[in-house]
Amino acid sequence: MTGPKDIFASRTGIIMVGLAIGCIAASLQKLGNPPNMGVCVACFTRDIAGALGLHRAGIVQYLRPEIPAFCLGAFVAALAFREFRPRTGSSPILRFVLGMCAMIGALIFLGCPWRAMLRLAGGDWNAILGIAGLVTGIGIGVVFLRVGFSLGRTYQSRFPVGLAMPVVMLILLLLAIFYPKFGDNAALYRSESGPGSMAAPVAISIIAGMIVGFLAQRTRFCTVGAFRDLILMRDIHLLSGVIALVAAAFVMNLIFKQFDPGFVRTAADGTTSPQPAAHTVHWLNFTGMVLAGLSFCLAGGCPGRQVFLSGEGDGDAAMFVLGMLTGAAISHNFLMVGNQALAPWAVVIGLVVVLTIGITGRSVPAATG
Amino acid sequence: MSVSETVDARGLSCPQPALLTRQALKRTSGKEVTVLVDTATQVQNCTRTAEQLGWQAVCEENEGTFRLRLRR
Repeated sequence: MTGPKDIFASRTGIIMVGLAIGCIAASLQKLGNPPNMGVCVACFTRDIAGALGLHRAGIVQYLRPEIPAFCLGAFVAALAFREFRPRTGSSPILRFVLGMCAMIGALIFLGCPWRAMLRLAGGDWNAILGIAGLVTGIGIGVVFLRVGFSLGRTYQSRFPVGLAMPVVMLILLLLAIFYPKFGDNAALYRSESGPGSMAAPVAISIIAGMIVGFLAQRTRFCTVGAFRDLILMRDIHLLSGVIALVAAAFVMNLIFKQFDPGFVRTAADGTTSPQPAAHTVHWLNFTGMVLAGLSFCLAGGCPGRQVFLSGEGDGDAAMFVLGMLTGAAISHNFLMVGNQALAPWAVVIGLVVVLTIGITGRSVPAATG
Repeated sequence: MSVSETVDARGLSCPQPALLTRQALKRTSGKEVTVLVDTATQVQNCTRTAEQLGWQAVCEENEGTFRLRLRR
């Protein structure tokens, strides 16, 4: 087994990995990924949904190789350290719904917790509202956890249960590499303008994604666990990794001249433009991330963590990831992204759904075996 | 003879194993608590929680179940 003295499990280990992820994210942006979006699990999953034709928002369709590479990096790490363990049974359908709601909330803010940190490190002050919402959502989740909220136990399962998601991700990775077009008006789609058209070279994205997946599986890096453990147990272990990520991305952004502070960007002639892939409707930035933060907290981890867990055999985390993919399609098809017309309704309905899951969550179940 | 409390946290998501461990350690008047988990992640989380409260952990694995013996 991997003992508690493992370097990856140490404070030094999680800080080093946070620094590495921050550097990798800023570098991926420098190499072509969209601004303040070197890595974003929500945005990239949304782009994949677009590439597959699950939504038709033309500017955000690209089969991002980073997400499958995350999963496969974690898969390799889990196999190498004998931690691959097929398991399921902890309310899979509720995890699917939580994944959907988390994605809908994140896309109203326009970013997952990872991108919230990267937007902050790039000087987009709208991220402050998003992070405040995220922490508030996690805080509400902590209240549920304190009174015994649980989605129930997972149980060891058959090998294919654990292998399903890594195989799906391997297929996605191959599609990302070869990018076949199956016909006119058929997948795979690829944006010709907008964020979906901006991408680092595929090989670099894959290598970077595999490294992040491997390191994050070893350290259990989690941007939601960071704030949850701080509020719930005064434990700053995971938070120290997230702070390291922001610090590294900030320094790299300064070096690459990618830091541009403000709620909007102001050019030398005084004209203003929005921060990249961002809006300034503060209450939506805040409440969107309340919805996302609460959903992630009840599901046990941030979107990145769910992808990594799906790589180490967790079939329930895989359901959460599929929920995110579905949520991305719903968000765009029903005009609920950013400050679009139906975003406020999405927040209200999403919160009702997720609070219901929280309220009806049973106490930690007794062991059966 | 002191009664040793056992926390069965097998199959539970973050942060429940660490939280249940913390609650048990704060509640108990004894000197030993046993925690059962089934992933290396939860071994690390529960060990960290115990050590923060001044307890020491010894782990042994048997057929996919990790038995953490916590002593103060």
